[in-house]
Amino acid sequence: MELLKYIKKNKLAYLSLYLIGIFYLLAIFADFIAPYPYDIQHRDTPYHPPTQIHFFDEKGNFHLRPFVYKYELVDPISKSYKINYDVKHPIYFFTHGHAHYFLGFIKTDLHLFGAKEGKIFLLGADNLGRDIFSRILYASRISLSIGLIGVFLSFLIGAIVGGIAGYFGGRVDNILMRISEIVMSFPSFYLMLTLRAVFPITLSSVEVFLLIVVILSFIGWAGLARVIRGMVLSIREQDFVLAAKSYGASSFRIIIKHILPNTYSYLLIAATLAIPGYILGESALSLLGLGIQEPYASWGNMLASARSITAVSQYPWILAPGVAIFLTVLAFNLLGDALRDALDPKLKRLIK
Amino acid sequence: MLLYIIKRLYQMIPILLGITFLSFLIIQMAPGDYLDQLKMNPQISEKTLKQLEETYGLNQPILVQYFKWLINAIKFDLGYSFSYNMPVLDLIKDRIGNTLFLSITSGILAWLLAVPLGVLAAVKQNSIIDKAVQIFSFTFMSLPGFFLAFILLFFSVKTGILPTGGAVSPNYDQMSLFEKILDRLWHVSLPAFVLAITSLAGLVRLVRSAMIESLQSEYVMFARSKGLKEKDIILKHALRNALNPFITILGFEIASLLSGAALIEIIVNWPGMGMLMLDAVLSQDLYLVMGGLYIGAVMLIIGNLIADILLAKLDPRIRMREVEGILK
Repeated sequence: MELLKYIKKNKLAYLSLYLIGIFYLLAIFADFIAPYPYDIQHRDTPYHPPTQIHFFDEKGNFHLRPFVYKYELVDPISKSYKINYDVKHPIYFFTHGHAHYFLGFIKTDLHLFGAKEGKIFLLGADNLGRDIFSRILYASRISLSIGLIGVFLSFLIGAIVGGIAGYFGGRVDNILMRISEIVMSFPSFYLMLTLRAVFPITLSSVEVFLLIVVILSFIGWAGLARVIRGMVLSIREQDFVLAAKSYGASSFRIIIKHILPNTYSYLLIAATLAIPGYILGESALSLLGLGIQEPYASWGNMLASARSITAVSQYPWILAPGVAIFLTVLAFNLLGDALRDALDPKLKRLIK
Repeated sequence: MLLYIIKRLYQMIPILLGITFLSFLIIQMAPGDYLDQLKMNPQISEKTLKQLEETYGLNQPILVQYFKWLINAIKFDLGYSFSYNMPVLDLIKDRIGNTLFLSITSGILAWLLAVPLGVLAAVKQNSIIDKAVQIFSFTFMSLPGFFLAFILLFFSVKTGILPTGGAVSPNYDQMSLFEKILDRLWHVSLPAFVLAITSLAGLVRLVRSAMIESLQSEYVMFARSKGLKEKDIILKHALRNALNPFITILGFEIASLLSGAALIEIIVNWPGMGMLMLDAVLSQDLYLVMGGLYIGAVMLIIGNLIADILLAKLDPRIRMREVEGILK
């Protein structure tokens, strides 16, 4: 609770907490907020530029209902478009569109907004005419959940290994720490590639998702285990551990119930600061075509089309997923930084 | 000092063995066989395949294969790449120069900027400069390198200021020495800038906080009360002490010289180790992957060793504890 108070005082951290909350809400309600499903292709409008939303028409008249102009494909080879100022498509809220399952089980065709006729591409369309805005929303489900699940898994391993190594010490400690040193010594990008190559390229989307989580956790647990071990080493000498030992609690119980809870505040900071790494790891794998596969959207595989220099130079809006990654990572970094300031007494003293 | 170095090297042996053995295991877990691709090729006779199997012990148990590889690797014979039909060492030699050139250029750029910026921000704490440095570092710490590379590629295509791929121009061979140097620098600038900016963002924050801590310490207070000039206090007393932890970071940087740039290399088509490793992993080129990981691990050991030696040289406290402790 003291933590929440501190975050409220730190404006940037408070803002990032809000931003993260909004991102997760957007991800949960993606199929309602997105005007199109992630896999609907508009083959007649590849690389459609972002449609601007207007309140004033070309003569300067005000319209209460916002509208978009119709874009006409002028040259199908270079995919250049021209705005047709004669045709306006008004934007309606709570319109009927493609059917989807709201929250995963309520079947509906209601969308937050959309144009009844014509198309609305807030951030443009990709080479197959899929709406980039909608795809970013769907992709956020992957990136945001990979961050949480990956961090949870590697922290579970890290806390258990670090707890055991620190508590028992001696040979167990020595062996476990050597193993974690070996994992940490790998060039992490090469290790990620090598681990990915163990499994076939063509896997179902759920399998790929789980695989990425496992790979990233496999790389991530080691550094954490070492820090937890250090903390456990000092905690196990304290009186309450001795007390627990004297009434005959098992080692396992002491580690789980008495020692690890004392590391929670550190774990919270480390988790917040580690999430960006998982998001970036997934993006990098998907960017190279080794992660989430089409037609499913992830921020990384959406950026893969930007590897073609001609595509980037002519249709720069395909870079939009990168902005989403940037904002998410920034929000987690700011929040984690504020948490560290709040919980680190040494830094606290410095600020005063 | 020599004893200290030997002790450090000795401690590294189990890690090197662990890394290589673990990578061997992981690659063996991959489905299929690296000879499968060669078997499909009608130009390669049964006899050659048999010979390959024999020389590399591919039909023997994994432990035997591993030790065969290890004994050769110590002599820096890293085996044969099945997909490139070349010795691995020659392949890596081809690429390693480009990668080192890129990472060293970006490393120098990052450190040359990080130290003065960090010191300036710490000395003028809470000033506009400090705020600007902090905003800069937070922004670029969160901006993924590959995204920055895309943005810069976009601008260089639009403006034509920088090349968008490769390490040299097509007519590189006809250039004079001076032009060759310029051409290389021109090509390296985009990826080096991307790498430098992202590592600078993290470094500058660390320099700043280490400097702030150092400026509040007692030895700085003592230097002040002695009436030393502020410039001397900052440069001779505060900075020298603040930089100690950065020697360890320098060690990490040396360790990641070969692998740290891999993703950016792939994105900007830099003919370095990154592309080679990606190809090797995708085509299950066992000895090439092993070679890459092995050289990466060797770099790590060298990096850590350099950091340890520098630390012992620069900090008398560590020298007392570590170096002279062994002799006793």
